[in-house]
Amino acid sequence: MSIALPAGPQPSPNRRITIGTAVFGAGIAAMIGSMLAIWLKFRADAPTRESSDGLKIIKDWLPADVVIPETATNVMLVTLVVACVMGQWASYAARRHDRSHASIAIALTGFFGLAALNAQFFIFREIGIGVADSAYGAMFFAICGVLALLITIGVVYSVAAWFRVIGGRVTDGDAVYGHALYWYILTAAMTAVWLVVYVQK
Amino acid sequence: MTTIDTHAGANSSGSVAGSGGAAATLLAVADWLTSTDHKKIGRLFIVLASAGALLSVVIGVLLGFERMDSDSFQLFADDNIGQFFTFFRVELVFGAVLPMLIGIAIAVVPIQVGARSIAFARGASFGLWSWLAGIVMVEIAYLGNGGPGGGNETMVDLFLLGMLLLIVGLVFAAVSLVVTVLNSRAPGMTLERAPLFAWGALVGGSALVFTLPALGANLIYNFVDHRNGRVAFGGNFGVVDWIGWSLSQPQTYVFVLLALAMLAEIATVVSGARHKLRGVVLAGIGIAATSVLGGVIQQQQTMGWDGSLSDKLRDFVPWAIFNLLPILGAMTVLGASMFLLVTRRPRIIAPFVPALLSVVAVIVGMHGHALSTISSTNVATTVFEEAEFIFVMYGGLIAVMAGVSYWGPKLWGRLMPTSAVMGTGVLAFLGTFLAGLPYFVAGFADQPAGVANGFSYDGPQEAWNLLSTAGHVIVLVAVLGFVAAALTGFRNGSAAGDDPWNAHTLEWATPSPAPADNFAEVAVVKSAEPLLDLKTGGAS
Repeated sequence: MSIALPAGPQPSPNRRITIGTAVFGAGIAAMIGSMLAIWLKFRADAPTRESSDGLKIIKDWLPADVVIPETATNVMLVTLVVACVMGQWASYAARRHDRSHASIAIALTGFFGLAALNAQFFIFREIGIGVADSAYGAMFFAICGVLALLITIGVVYSVAAWFRVIGGRVTDGDAVYGHALYWYILTAAMTAVWLVVYVQK
Repeated sequence: MTTIDTHAGANSSGSVAGSGGAAATLLAVADWLTSTDHKKIGRLFIVLASAGALLSVVIGVLLGFERMDSDSFQLFADDNIGQFFTFFRVELVFGAVLPMLIGIAIAVVPIQVGARSIAFARGASFGLWSWLAGIVMVEIAYLGNGGPGGGNETMVDLFLLGMLLLIVGLVFAAVSLVVTVLNSRAPGMTLERAPLFAWGALVGGSALVFTLPALGANLIYNFVDHRNGRVAFGGNFGVVDWIGWSLSQPQTYVFVLLALAMLAEIATVVSGARHKLRGVVLAGIGIAATSVLGGVIQQQQTMGWDGSLSDKLRDFVPWAIFNLLPILGAMTVLGASMFLLVTRRPRIIAPFVPALLSVVAVIVGMHGHALSTISSTNVATTVFEEAEFIFVMYGGLIAVMAGVSYWGPKLWGRLMPTSAVMGTGVLAFLGTFLAGLPYFVAGFADQPAGVANGFSYDGPQEAWNLLSTAGHVIVLVAVLGFVAAALTGFRNGSAAGDDPWNAHTLEWATPSPAPADNFAEVAVVKSAEPLLDLKTGGAS
């Protein structure tokens, strides 16, 4: 015979997906942070050489034929910021039980996520180096590939949240809030990658 | 906000009724393979990883035999002996101790916190299968000469991919655990009132979420580089340089944090009273978790202890943060648990013995590591480091014995024989000491680490290696004995009853074995020991 504890009240809505997204986001931060730390270590440890004009000593890190399409990298970052705004709009609408706005906002979030992915693949095509050419190449494709994978997961998250909302579960905003949080985390990760990989190189 | 889950997994029923013969068997197998019941997921983790435990200890025994006669006796070829050293560690850490401890937590923690299911049950299930696929890939890679330093390129790729997959699985399982403790606690169960083991799962799970992705980052870089130009990370021989930190101290402390929480939990039950130093224990587990810092910097923090006083202080402070803080945490938990026992008349239960011995072994390993990171000891590249690893991870293995024997009755409904639990626990502890202690001595005599043949130093080197090998053999016997006792006990042992240990926490308020949804009613909790409240009418 089990010991009988007093019965509690009916469960109230919780924030499980949001909290889960936050914990998962901590893992993303640890991984991207670690990749960037290794990137910085390689850059710091790179041998030095004379610049082509012979006037100064530079780090032999960036391959000579690399072409970083800076417009595309900047647009990619801005696109992710806009995706965050859309995600926040969806949360705002969900709090007010506004299904039509929430569904439009989530769809737009996913769309901007796809646009960011498109920008990432454009950068891969334009960068002008191969993955096997240098340490820079291997690490560039590894870190940006992980970012592309995380954006893809974000798009899938958007699709799942969108189905949930158009299915009528807008009053339970947990998935929508978690979805917005994911895009915030992703944008933070992209900002760090943008700064270290695309700006500082 | 804290709430109870409203429903468990849709396909989490415990039996397949009304079918017969092969169809029923198939349905039962399918039920287990697709289950989102956290108790089944946890048990699968434990059972599948027990094979990894046996395999890792067998490799430890073989490596011991290899080193007993460093000149003539050779089991393994010279060019792949290094792989077996890493195989021992990878299998013991990622194939055995960590998944088994996570499995125990997945099976137990949701019931402990009064939830009807684990958070993200499908995520936990994915974690199990991802881990299993990953560890099998890693084992296949080793068999195909593809471990770190291996000569088969495709198999090295498979190793890196397998490691990545098993890490993804373990992170998913850890996220499920952390969210369960944060979000699915019973009404009234604040974090301060959470069971000590659940607290350990929260702290340990969070530590895994922070450190395993860092290992994943290394693996991704290595995989991309190894698969393509091999220009950056040293190819197959560079792998161990980049992932070695995850297989040595202090990162291994993160993997056995649950052992500390387990001792604290069981000691409270043994004392039969509320834990007066509960806050201290919670803080102790948290302080031990500062070992994640080792994962953050991914290298050892050493202390030279030379130069001026300010030089010494500059060395000492980071060394102490990285190496002494985890010891302080572990000693705090051990001390608080012992204090509880000496102030009461303890009623010793079988699982307490391995729980206590596991923490003692882990603490010995921690002290060894702190000593080895003092530069003047000159033991950094010797088997001294291997002794630390043996103490910490075999300590974790003994903790698994404690956890399975303590919560097994709640999962399987039957008790393990008391003498078998105590006997195998003591035997495993003796084996751990015998396997590790000679290497502490041999380390000071400069026996090199990761080398099995061709070394020689002053002193009875055959004796040290013989003793260590005997220790591994004893651990193997203990693990085999424990598995046999668990198999017979959980199949044919005496019925456990709902509360066989006269315990204090919610998991013992539900029938044994726990039903699919854990609880018929959502309970309200008013203290850290809700069952003790009922048994004593709020006194004690």
